[in-house]
Amino acid sequence: MPTGMLQIRAISAHPGGVPGRGVQREEEVCKYIDVTTCIGCKACEVACVEWNDMPFQQTTFDNTYQTMPATQWNYWNLIKFHEHQRDDGTQMWLMRKDQCMHCEDPGCLRACPADGAIVQYTNGIVDFQQENCIGCQYCVSGCPFDIPKFNSATKKVYKCTLCSDRVGQGLEPACIKSCPTGCLKFGTKSDMRALADARAKQLRDHSGFPNAGVYDPPSIGGTHVIYVLHDITKPELYGGLPANPQIPPTFTVWKRFAKPIALVLSLFAAPVAFFHYVSQGPKEPQPPPGLGGPGPSPGIGAKPAPGGADRVSE
Amino acid sequence: MTNGWIDIKNTDMMLIMGGNPAENHPCGFKWPIEAKLQRNAKMIVVDPRFTRTAASADLFLQIRAGADIAFLGGLINYAIENGRIAHDYVVNYTNAAFIVKEGFKLPDDGLYSGFDPSTQIYDKSTWNYQEGGNMTGHAGTEASTGTAGASAGSAANLGYAAQGPAGVNGAGTAASKPAAPAILPPNVAYDLSLQHPRSVFQLLKTQYSRYTPEMVERITGIPKDQFLKAADLFTSIRKDGDMTKAGTIIYAVGWTQHTFGTQIIRTAAMLQLLLGNVGRAGGGVNALRGHSNIQGATDMAGVFDILPGYLKMPNPDDADLATFLKRTTPTSSKPGEWDSYNYWSNTPKFAVSFLKAMYGDAAKKENDWAFHYLPKIDRNHAWTQIWDDMYAGHIKGMFAIGMNGVQIGPNTKKNIEALKKADWLVVGEIYPDETSEFWKAPGTTGDEMKKIQTTVYRLPCAGFAEKDGNFVNSARWLQWKNVALPPPGEARLDQDILAQVFLKVRELYQKEGGKFPDPILNARWPYTQPRNPSLAEVAREINGQALADVTDPATGTVIKAGQQLPGFAFLRDDGSTLCGNWLYSGSWTEAGNMTARRGTEDPSGLGIYPNWGWSWPANRRVMYNRASCDPSGKPWDAERRQIWWNEAGGRWVGNDVPDFKVDSKPSDHMGPFIMNPEGIGRLFAPLAAFAEGPFPEHYEPIESPLLNPLHPKQSNNPVVRRMKTDLDKFGAPDQGFTIVCTTYRLTEHYHYWTKNNPMNVQLVPEPFVEIPHDLANDLGIKGGDKVKVTSARASYVAKAMVTQRIKPMLIDGKKTYQIGIPIHWGYRGIAEDEGITALTGVNLLSPTVVDPNAYTPEFKGFLVKLEKA
Repeated sequence: MPTGMLQIRAISAHPGGVPGRGVQREEEVCKYIDVTTCIGCKACEVACVEWNDMPFQQTTFDNTYQTMPATQWNYWNLIKFHEHQRDDGTQMWLMRKDQCMHCEDPGCLRACPADGAIVQYTNGIVDFQQENCIGCQYCVSGCPFDIPKFNSATKKVYKCTLCSDRVGQGLEPACIKSCPTGCLKFGTKSDMRALADARAKQLRDHSGFPNAGVYDPPSIGGTHVIYVLHDITKPELYGGLPANPQIPPTFTVWKRFAKPIALVLSLFAAPVAFFHYVSQGPKEPQPPPGLGGPGPSPGIGAKPAPGGADRVSE
Repeated sequence: MTNGWIDIKNTDMMLIMGGNPAENHPCGFKWPIEAKLQRNAKMIVVDPRFTRTAASADLFLQIRAGADIAFLGGLINYAIENGRIAHDYVVNYTNAAFIVKEGFKLPDDGLYSGFDPSTQIYDKSTWNYQEGGNMTGHAGTEASTGTAGASAGSAANLGYAAQGPAGVNGAGTAASKPAAPAILPPNVAYDLSLQHPRSVFQLLKTQYSRYTPEMVERITGIPKDQFLKAADLFTSIRKDGDMTKAGTIIYAVGWTQHTFGTQIIRTAAMLQLLLGNVGRAGGGVNALRGHSNIQGATDMAGVFDILPGYLKMPNPDDADLATFLKRTTPTSSKPGEWDSYNYWSNTPKFAVSFLKAMYGDAAKKENDWAFHYLPKIDRNHAWTQIWDDMYAGHIKGMFAIGMNGVQIGPNTKKNIEALKKADWLVVGEIYPDETSEFWKAPGTTGDEMKKIQTTVYRLPCAGFAEKDGNFVNSARWLQWKNVALPPPGEARLDQDILAQVFLKVRELYQKEGGKFPDPILNARWPYTQPRNPSLAEVAREINGQALADVTDPATGTVIKAGQQLPGFAFLRDDGSTLCGNWLYSGSWTEAGNMTARRGTEDPSGLGIYPNWGWSWPANRRVMYNRASCDPSGKPWDAERRQIWWNEAGGRWVGNDVPDFKVDSKPSDHMGPFIMNPEGIGRLFAPLAAFAEGPFPEHYEPIESPLLNPLHPKQSNNPVVRRMKTDLDKFGAPDQGFTIVCTTYRLTEHYHYWTKNNPMNVQLVPEPFVEIPHDLANDLGIKGGDKVKVTSARASYVAKAMVTQRIKPMLIDGKKTYQIGIPIHWGYRGIAEDEGITALTGVNLLSPTVVDPNAYTPEFKGFLVKLEKA
């Protein structure tokens, strides 16, 4: 029986509430990240690697507690650490969980020229369908958050799926489940936004952070991952979170104006294309090496192929 | 923990110091966060480094490692000076009103009365209460100095080893014993107005009046204004006499690992008593235990000087059971008008039941319940002493199971050299480790290896998920776990290894005899599969069983012979019960395994969860909870009611199990601290409770950048002794060792294990040294450069982490730097085997010098030099 449509209401012998309860898939989902109660423990990093069956890799000490400089094609969830001194001389150590923001207006999706390589579900999750990816990496330049990462071995681009495979079964994303302090929560966008607004208010009223606020940037229509920040006026401090994220004009212009014009122009190119097709054959998505060539499509939530990175040890 | 992890959510104020729970207890840290989110609780973090815990704090103060008593003493002074103490609580629930014997002297010069410099031992006879009665309103008038009453054997905490710092050096023997040990007077003199100059309160006030904000700044390096801010914030819960709020103190090994660690924790306990925070939801003194079962290891006497359940270990003067029980069973000592439950008066029942569990039918009334089978401790056998004895050639063999001995203790080089002198070593582990490969420690040449004659047996053991049994957490909860998967390959369960060694040894004694075979031949071994005892059977034995029908006089309940006991109230000293650990009695009853319960009901909303697992003692979640009520039995805070007096029923009732005599009415004035013979909390710890004094005093670490500003002539703890081997070297500032070094753990790693796990290694791949930005600038060190840290004992090489999170400090006016080193690497592991580390373990640097009460080494706050490697 397909369970994708089933919503869990109660779980036997399970402490606390039902994860993801109340999340209707026709509603928009959201990850809530309270940076002010994140302790940088990296449980979410481990959960992400393990749930998605990522290979281990060798990292190098780089004068920081941060695991690696940036997310990678096989490391989708990274806590960014930043030491910061406030104007009054007090020290802060900011830790922000970096991952795909699942923008309401996704620059990656706008930029992508491959049919079906990037989809946005009605619940707001932006998901890459590697079987349709042609490896052009336009999505990389389309993203204001530097999230999609190219794997040169598979010639595909990868990023956080917001655990669409888990969410589709009524579960919370793996990172949320692993969070020990509860600084990560998952629910509907409206619920998470209300929670975040209340937390920001508490920080303003009781914790001496007059600029506390919620990062949910309107420039891209809001995001399905929102942050509570101590200081909403300085998001850059948190591992380079852009104050006003923008999709590069190339891609907005492409979608709105250039694409229709180009479509017309391309009619003239059709005979050329026909001759090219006859002589060269089509450009098709390439199966990842090591998967045994063409086969059934892996589908949503399929695990990226291991390989391309060395195991630290056997 | 007096309270528990979940209970932290009930607090209004947190002082986190000597611990880094966000990094080392990330799952438990959800509760401090919960208190912040739900109650707007404030969090003060005091640490040598700005840690990930500090990142969550409302106020962070950087302290010099080892200056904790100065800080806490300053808080006590501030609370008293500013009237921020819980007056009724202090008068009724502590010994503030008790009058101390004449001749007792405070340590203005660093020494209490009675010190003998030649032996480094105190004569503690003046550290006692005065015999007498109610002296309220007679301030200053001297009653006759009554001497200790002639009551039967007393002295609550007179552990033999605590009589003095019983020889921590190799040749150490027991301290010469006082002719007649002093005992507590049964009828204590007291002054409820707290005005008597020798009342505990006045002495306490005088003692800590020296810990002014200026003095705190000189010692700790915390600027006066910051200290005052923290002091005001922490004590604000008692502003204007308010008793509704509660504050908690949370600590870990950052407090214990000093040559005055026990006294740091005591200072915290005293502060909490003064503020009326002990016994209350959201209060307490809460030790975060560093391993999943270290609490269980302590409860079950994984320490040389106790028996399970914190019974005292016999010493050679305990000629028979009666002598032992007389010495270790306290009699009450209190104001005549007050009552004291004195729960340790049940010691004989616990001890005889333990002997029955140990020796079964061989323990008979006629042979003193086989008391003479128990080993008697003649001197110190603590961790560092074991290695010292092995280095001296006295100890010839060692079982190292479940711990990496070479790495864990201080002064790694000495540990390695000690093992070279042993005849044999058995290591039970799941990975090859530094201990099992001590013979190829870095720097050992081929020729040297050939000379090592130690036979090493490496036994593959089962990992935690391959065993069932109980973990006991910091909150004193026993939680049964099931086997997830069988041990791989030839790996065996620990209990199987121990059982088979025992059976073999017993067989040898049977065949060959020996000097004293009786304890081995007669040990009780009732398990269904003697070679593979099930932990469930052992747990049932620990809980205790009736050997004959036992009746509870209070309720008339009868427990039949052979049945599991419902709790320690049923234990008897006539041989009709057996019990492996009285504290765990009630954990596996006729109703089954209480520790396997997983009930999630929490009717009070206080996070008590009475049906989840089982908490010692008696499934009680907050200890001393009688103190959550005022003297009339009404909760201090109506919102967080734990227990209360029910006048109609004539009983204490509530959401938690009362930690009290349930039918003792408030007018009886029984003290809430029932484990003390006084019934009250000890601001003044009398007699031999502690080796170095009844009130904590700030002493400098053994290796310190300065002389103690309070008393330069007595800079260190006077009863601490240094080991004397050629490998026990100590550094001083004039030798160039000027930087304070501390060691610690990271979230990403677990001790010396996870360096074998690729996921953890990916998160933090290699060792590093955290260095203040300014110091790095001075030395031309950039982040990622290799640096060499050198102590008087050895050198350590790793990469530099240059950080703003450790600032230079002004200590007694002098610029002082601190550095920090995480402990997790050695010479076996993924990074080590790949050759990307220098193969140095951090404990090469640390000194073998220990706290005189708990024998914990001083891993925090020793002196080093730093240079570019």
